Amino acid sequence: MSETAYIFDAIRTPRGKGKKDGSLYTVKPVQLAAGLLNELQQRHDLDTSQVDDLILGCGQPVGEQGGDIAKCALLSAGWDDSVPGVQLDRFCASGLESVNQAASRIASGWEDLIVAGGVESMSRVPMGSAGGAIFNDPEISARLGLVPQGISADLMAALDGYSREDVDAVALESQRRATEARDSGRFDRSVVPVRDHNGLVVLEKDEFIKPNTTMEVLGSLKPSFQAMGDMGLDDIALRKYPQLAAIPHVHTAGNSSGIVDGASAVLLGSEKAGQALGLKPRGRVVATAVLSTEPVLMLAGPGPAAKKALQKAGLTAADIDLFEINEAFASVMLRFMRDLDIAPENTNVNGGAIALGHPIGATGGMLVGTVLDELERRNLKRGLIALCVGGGMGIATIIERL
Amino acid sequence: MAGSNDQFKYEKDQDNIVTITMDMDGPVNAMNTAYRQLMGDAVSRLEAEQDLRGVVIASAKKTFFAGGDLNEILTIQPGDKVAFQSNIEITKNDLRRLERLPVPVVAAINGAAMGGGCEITLACNYRVMLDQPGVMIALPEVTLGLLPGAGGIVRTVHMLGLQHALPLLLKGTRLKPRQALEAGLVNELVAEPGQLLTAAKAWILAAGADAAVQPWDRKGHKIPGGNVNNPNVAMGVNAAGAMLGKETRGLLPAGPRILAVAAEASLLDFDAALIVETRGLTELALTPQAKNVINTMFFQMNDINGGKSRPQDVARSDVKKIGVLGAGMMGQGIAYVAAKAGIEVVLADISLEAAEKGKGYAEKLLDKAISRGRSTEAKKAALLNLIKPTDNYDDLDGADLIVEAVFENADLKGKVTQQAEPKLAEGGIFATNTSTLPISMLSQASRKADNFIGIHFFSPVDKMPLVEIICGEKTSDFALAKSFDFARKINKTPIVVKDSLGFFTSRTFGSFFDEGCRLLEEGVDPILIDNLAKQVGMPVGPLTVLDEVSMELMRKVNETQRDLGLYGTTYNVESSDRVGSRMINQFDRAGRHYKGGFYEYGADGSKQIWPKLYELYVKPGLEMPLEDIKDRILFRQVIESLKCLQEGVLSSAADGNIGSIMGIGAPVWTGGWIQFVNTYGLSRFADRCRELADRYGELFNPPAILQEKIAAGEQFA
Repeated sequence: MSETAYIFDAIRTPRGKGKKDGSLYTVKPVQLAAGLLNELQQRHDLDTSQVDDLILGCGQPVGEQGGDIAKCALLSAGWDDSVPGVQLDRFCASGLESVNQAASRIASGWEDLIVAGGVESMSRVPMGSAGGAIFNDPEISARLGLVPQGISADLMAALDGYSREDVDAVALESQRRATEARDSGRFDRSVVPVRDHNGLVVLEKDEFIKPNTTMEVLGSLKPSFQAMGDMGLDDIALRKYPQLAAIPHVHTAGNSSGIVDGASAVLLGSEKAGQALGLKPRGRVVATAVLSTEPVLMLAGPGPAAKKALQKAGLTAADIDLFEINEAFASVMLRFMRDLDIAPENTNVNGGAIALGHPIGATGGMLVGTVLDELERRNLKRGLIALCVGGGMGIATIIERL
Repeated sequence: MAGSNDQFKYEKDQDNIVTITMDMDGPVNAMNTAYRQLMGDAVSRLEAEQDLRGVVIASAKKTFFAGGDLNEILTIQPGDKVAFQSNIEITKNDLRRLERLPVPVVAAINGAAMGGGCEITLACNYRVMLDQPGVMIALPEVTLGLLPGAGGIVRTVHMLGLQHALPLLLKGTRLKPRQALEAGLVNELVAEPGQLLTAAKAWILAAGADAAVQPWDRKGHKIPGGNVNNPNVAMGVNAAGAMLGKETRGLLPAGPRILAVAAEASLLDFDAALIVETRGLTELALTPQAKNVINTMFFQMNDINGGKSRPQDVARSDVKKIGVLGAGMMGQGIAYVAAKAGIEVVLADISLEAAEKGKGYAEKLLDKAISRGRSTEAKKAALLNLIKPTDNYDDLDGADLIVEAVFENADLKGKVTQQAEPKLAEGGIFATNTSTLPISMLSQASRKADNFIGIHFFSPVDKMPLVEIICGEKTSDFALAKSFDFARKINKTPIVVKDSLGFFTSRTFGSFFDEGCRLLEEGVDPILIDNLAKQVGMPVGPLTVLDEVSMELMRKVNETQRDLGLYGTTYNVESSDRVGSRMINQFDRAGRHYKGGFYEYGADGSKQIWPKLYELYVKPGLEMPLEDIKDRILFRQVIESLKCLQEGVLSSAADGNIGSIMGIGAPVWTGGWIQFVNTYGLSRFADRCRELADRYGELFNPPAILQEKIAAGEQFA
């Protein structure tokens, strides 16, 4: 590796509820991304012609989000014509994949300045819009015995022995931490309000958080995947895991990640680019990793991915000050902590996707900013970000505050 | 003008409508080599017509058209793929040519239009169906491990949409005329056979200009409900896949392949979709599952029900009155199924009250049937009228057959035999419904041992389609033929076996739960044992089975065999005997209907493994390959079945196959416990037996009959 991949900034939109009554439903996905590009340009008085590429992750790259939305966002934001853009899809890891690819390209010395992140308007381009053989081809499903992620989440809880109380407790703590973080302004450095055509603020802060959550409220929610499981998917999953008598369905809307809209953008570059443009590095990317695990369980990738990244960096979990594991489902967080033998005290310290929401392609980029802000606030050194990914994949990134 | 060919009779009327009447050589019209020639010629002739107004496809047989040539499919080998596929293409092309004629084509459906028959009608522009009993239409290929390969998937998807086509394709549902009309599969019903052609021709004469064009050949055609890119349709397809996965446990490839072809067909151009359908059929026709299912559930089933095991030189008999001794669970079920077949039944027990209680069972079943619209009060009254409950054996007078279904106690059975036998009509026979006691021994109580036979029913009698007929040493051909005819009359499939301990079914079934107990004793997690048994297709796991039938029952059977000095002489159930005795004697856990067994049962219907079982048996960290566990469950039963064949307990593979599938839960994908070996490969099976024997003991040694067949280069036919 010839160059260091520096992080100059990491910003995001607030997360809006990803339904028709969500605040960001009236905002086009391309505008969510363009708004962040405008903010980056203004914050750093950026000469956009110096940007080598924009990489945007998106989990449903069709319709309004299709046709290489990255290039369209650049054009919409009025960035220099010379800046290219590319959209990529690695399901839930798309945002972090963008950051990792940008970091690798900068580290290679071949490119100097890249914006990476993601965009997802789940209210306007719902999950499933892009179809896909892995989800909808009955031939593939029958041959591989794949099940939807909710069944996998419950399967993981069954395998690890997480009770409904265990997963609800994760949700409760996520809400408590997120509420405190938002209300005490810890997200303010990263979050850029979304504005309408007239410059008026549409959404200023994360709106999905439910501060009044209690164990009673969580306990009253119906399991989200029971009906699906009863229809036959439990049997299909159990074919792969015959050591289980049954799959208790413990995940609900309350302890699974929220459906939200949002975008993220991380400005990464080489030392040379930083000097030339007067950008001060806030952190650097230490190592990245992506891999894949057993696809029926699907959600077990983050732990192994984190270990792979740690190994590349020559570090152990003990060297990491803060962990961000995407709370796709509560059981994913519990499995991750078990895999790495880490404590809740330094994991998702400002809450996670259960409280804040998980705008699929944007999430990875958002988490980079979240952990970088917190490392700065606490005057700590290293953070590790990880997400579970469809198909059994897992992704991780280690960053270091400077 | 009449055609020269009388198999596809070609007649043109004064309105220039050609009627093609299918009347192929043989009992039915079928999609075989002859058909391809006939249909090809007919379509060519139609294409050459100058003044054609319309076409009617009709049948001179009782059925409209029977379907594909299963013999052809049974014999195809991987090397025949190209020829097989090109035959399908010929069939498809001709149907495509038929539906693209410039004139309307109408199917006049006078009888069952199954499989290929249904597909011919789908290639017509209009379908008129005779609304009479026995007339039906269906695409039942899935039930034979196949798919409708003559356009049946593609056309139903285009005609009805995925949502409505899939249930027909995935279940093979037989639609009666009214149902077919409602489903949109036919267009018009007529009440009398004579109206079929009239209605068909009337439609042609009244038809508009575009009536000759199929919906899918019209510009702007859209599949009803949309294609699989529509998220709602995709959701439906995914749900169907999940349900299939649950039902078939991934063991029967036909359903998933049909689903995949249907989904893909919805995305493709019509003719390209037909190609995908063809590939699907070629694939399925080569699967061992299809060959197993066709071999056993079609050919061998027909053989068995057709009387293959019945002595041919005994005249057919008709049982009109039977006596049933003992009105317990078995007796009441036998009384019901016999009365249902119109047989007069005397249901005798030690008290009138007990006998009446037994009759009450029939009443309960009938009330249930009425509530589901499957019976009527009148039918109920007529049926109940045939069952006479009694505590007096004199009422048995004149019975053609007496079946005793009292407790499995040789003395008791002997006593009732002696009391009831004199009441038999001239030429009447006496049957015992024992599941385990030797017939020759029980027959010692009889005055006429040649008229004494075993008819082993399965529980619940009204649901289980099998009976196992057991001939004792002295049982006559006459008694066997009469029992056989009775079984057919009550709509059961009879297998015929020799009198040997446990006969065929009880003995083989015993090896199933014995292997479950062996695995448990070796330290395998009980959940794994039951789940892996289900994974290979057993209805439930062996430990669940033992809990259901109860270890107490097993203990009694073994005790009786010990008393008779027969225990362990014929087959090995040492492990289940040991585990069962321990569960009963040490822990008072005899099964579900006692104080629980391997499982604990909650009042809410829930159940979980009795925790102490882990302490008693399970070895944590035991690493037994899952494939070995699955094979042990399968192979124990298959080996036991082969031994039954070897010892002459079974006289044919067909009896073993049908008996194992219909009586003791052998998965249909195997084609039964004997057929399984044929498609597994005899040598490969023997090798795997030896491998399992090395690891898990001599019970897995390949039986001699296997070596003989391998040496002779034969299969188990």
